[in-house]
Amino acid sequence: MNRKQRKNLFRIIAAAILMTALHFVEVEGAARFCLYMVPYLIVGYDILLKAAQGIKNLRALDENFLMTVATLGAIILAVYSGSGDYTEAVAVMLFYQIGEWFQSYAIGKSRQNISDLMDIRPDYANVENLGKLEQIDPSEVEIGTEIIIQAGEKIPIDGVIVEGNSTLNTSALTGESLPRNVNVGDEVISGCININGVLKVRTTKLFEDSTASKILDLVENASSRKSKSENFITKFARIYTPAVVGAAVALFIIPSIVTGDFSTWLYRALIFLVISCPCALVISIPLTFFAGLGGASRAGILIKGSNFLETLSKVRTVVMDKTGTLTRGIFEVDAVHPISTNCISENPTEARQLLHYSAHVEKYSTHPIATSLKKAYPAENDGCTVENVEELAGLGIRAEVNGNVIHVGNEKLMEKIGAAWKPCSRVGTIIHVALNGNYAGHIIVADKLKPHAKKAVEKLYASGVNRIVMLTGDIKKVAEKIAGDLGIKEFYSELLPAQKVEHLEKILAEKSFAVAFVGDGINDAPVLARADIGIAMGAMGADAAIEAADVVLMDDDPLKIYKAIDIAKKTLSIVKENIYFAVGIKLLCLILGAAGVANMWFAIFADVGVMVIAVLNALRALSN
Amino acid sequence: MKKNYKIEVDCANCANLMEEATKKTQGVKNAVVNFMTLKMQVEFEDGADAKEVMPRVLETCRKIEPDCEIYF
Repeated sequence: MNRKQRKNLFRIIAAAILMTALHFVEVEGAARFCLYMVPYLIVGYDILLKAAQGIKNLRALDENFLMTVATLGAIILAVYSGSGDYTEAVAVMLFYQIGEWFQSYAIGKSRQNISDLMDIRPDYANVENLGKLEQIDPSEVEIGTEIIIQAGEKIPIDGVIVEGNSTLNTSALTGESLPRNVNVGDEVISGCININGVLKVRTTKLFEDSTASKILDLVENASSRKSKSENFITKFARIYTPAVVGAAVALFIIPSIVTGDFSTWLYRALIFLVISCPCALVISIPLTFFAGLGGASRAGILIKGSNFLETLSKVRTVVMDKTGTLTRGIFEVDAVHPISTNCISENPTEARQLLHYSAHVEKYSTHPIATSLKKAYPAENDGCTVENVEELAGLGIRAEVNGNVIHVGNEKLMEKIGAAWKPCSRVGTIIHVALNGNYAGHIIVADKLKPHAKKAVEKLYASGVNRIVMLTGDIKKVAEKIAGDLGIKEFYSELLPAQKVEHLEKILAEKSFAVAFVGDGINDAPVLARADIGIAMGAMGADAAIEAADVVLMDDDPLKIYKAIDIAKKTLSIVKENIYFAVGIKLLCLILGAAGVANMWFAIFADVGVMVIAVLNALRALSN
Repeated sequence: MKKNYKIEVDCANCANLMEEATKKTQGVKNAVVNFMTLKMQVEFEDGADAKEVMPRVLETCRKIEPDCEIYF
């Protein structure tokens, strides 16, 4: 609660007590009028002043003016009719202020909640200066500076660990609660919390280009990209208030002239004025989107704007890249098949020998497949000699290991050297090995599915996505297997990046609902941009992906695709509820008010009650 | 040229009205007021000086909502 809120709360309570007390005081005439004016002025003096200023600035029809006219009207009516019932006027003002207070409190609260969620803004960086640690403003740290991060501190700037190892809590960035182990040489990202151990990090970026700053910027600006629903409400509010005020004037003038009953119709017109305030709508719709965006970022899903949240909720077709999205994008040795006397040998020593040779041959290669071979045979420095390494473009590698000539490569290489290679029934990239010109066997290297890939596909289908398409540059056989394993019915393989765009365009042309494309953002930028909504995953630290996509999944869990769509749907359903509920209740009260069924208390509910309920409903979007 | 300013305003509708008023101010090309984050992004017209335009923006906004504040 800030100072202003405290002051207003005090005014509200004071006025409420006075009003209740006056209920038991029996006075008549001018004294009664004066007594009731005390709570009225306590709670409403600022509204009256603002209304006067509004008139001076030729800006009538704002809510202060409406409330002033409505309450003053009710007071005049009470004096004129001699009823002395000033309670309604005081109550309208009182409840209007309660509504305003609640709105201000609820929004302040949710602002606070959301900024707590995104509490990744680092306040300082520790820099060693003459053997002493000094805390400095992170924006003053230059690239290449060594900074110290102690246990419990936030990493302020992206960089590489030069000393120490630790466990990092990445949950503020990724929504992932499992801590991550880091060692010397690992890249670390700002916004993560160092759980234990002291780290010395050499910065690779400036503070403002670091992940934490980029993400904060993105989240803070997200609600500035307004959705269609928000624009609709803004337009609606612009027409609604003048229309209701116009109706109030008409309701007062025409029937009073016809029937001559001046006070009844004035009263009904005043009810209209109270209902004419568009607050419930104007506040609850952006608040819902804001809460939805906040809830999503807590789950490690960054959505770049309310408009994208809206599109995301309408997604019925999901197009996915394979490598890096559904599969891990890291090759691993799947099987080793040494061939002796023309059939696959089950002998583990022979399998080990085959791996041994190929790992040595690939020793100096940085190709992903070479990396996978080396990883499968880690005992690389075993004293063997590797000489005369020769890369054969498009074929493979030739080298001498301990004096033996080893060829490692594809079928074409085997044919070239005249080795009798054997095909393999397994799916994956097949690497053939020849020892001194004789075929020695093959190693199957394959990309592994991500752990949640299958569940993600199932969840997407269950949530109303009716078409999932996989696009990949990989060969048909591999694509077929992955699609089969995951239960994806439609896939296109052996595509160049440009062909991926073509395929996506075909899908876009066929569909009336929104089409999402999910990729790892590395070479998918054109496709990400072309889709109705581009989702980049595993983007922690990848600037290009953060730039190109509309939705960024901070970790690389494909289940988050489903989660993002789910959050969007929930948010949009709350938006719809609020629009129908607020407009519905207001229209109903207008009709009942015109008919004389609803009194001023109905009008207060239609104004303040609806607003409070809509705000509370909006805050549901934050939790998921 | 785009610039972000911190603002203070109490009601959502007033924020929308502030946005409209800012857009109509001379020297402003476009403006977005974000009530949720209490920020205002102003895109100035080419050649306009932010220091010269912003007091006018505040003045127009104050006419709509006397309580509002823009920090520039």
